[in-house]
Amino acid sequence: MATKKFLYVNRKPPHGTIYALESLEVVLIGAAFEQDVTLAFIDDGVYQLLKNQDSSAIGTKNFAPTFRALGDYDVNKIYVERESLEMRGLGKEDLMPLTWEDEDDDWAEKDSIHIVSSTELAEIIEQQDVLLNF
Amino acid sequence: MSVLHIINKSPFDRNSLDTCLRMARPSSAILLIEDGVYALLGNSTAATSLRQAQENHPVYALQPDLQARGISEENMLDGVTLVDYDGFVKLTTEYDKSQSWL
Repeated sequence: MATKKFLYVNRKPPHGTIYALESLEVVLIGAAFEQDVTLAFIDDGVYQLLKNQDSSAIGTKNFAPTFRALGDYDVNKIYVERESLEMRGLGKEDLMPLTWEDEDDDWAEKDSIHIVSSTELAEIIEQQDVLLNF
Repeated sequence: MSVLHIINKSPFDRNSLDTCLRMARPSSAILLIEDGVYALLGNSTAATSLRQAQENHPVYALQPDLQARGISEENMLDGVTLVDYDGFVKLTTEYDKSQSWL
């Protein structure tokens, strides 16, 4: 099967609507079909990656820990727009650490999250075959 | 008359919080629920607006919504009273009216 470059653009916060959870489900499906998967988090989408989320008290599926499984599916291109973080008074230290193991580098643990400018993100968007928005 | 102003939208997605703060009179309180609680997180313009609003209004937030979103006393605005669902109901009875800025 031909491999395509898929970009999942996430712009909604995690718990107010079903978009964030649905996006993550589709990301995992794309990865299961061995596609070249990239994630972008823009605007309120950056809130999806905040540390210490625990939705047990609001009765919804607590899916934030699932992000940590992405590295095992070779999903390691996670781009967060710097401007969106800054506008919300946040930095990389506020986000959950997401890593992957590089088999070509003696299984070294590497960061999956990359903080990029909107200019860099614009270039990433142009490089894709398929754009999926959530 | 006292009003409980309820905000459930992210301040970066909707202008509900700004509009609420323009119209909230000194006797009224502000309760943040659902995605409204993001206004309390980090060093943002929304947090600054709320800090100013605290001079005139008690500010409440629904604890289960904070917990779900990874917001805690360590990374949120000071001086906010946290309530649980029972506390939410109690607030609606203590004020004459509730205004939900949808």
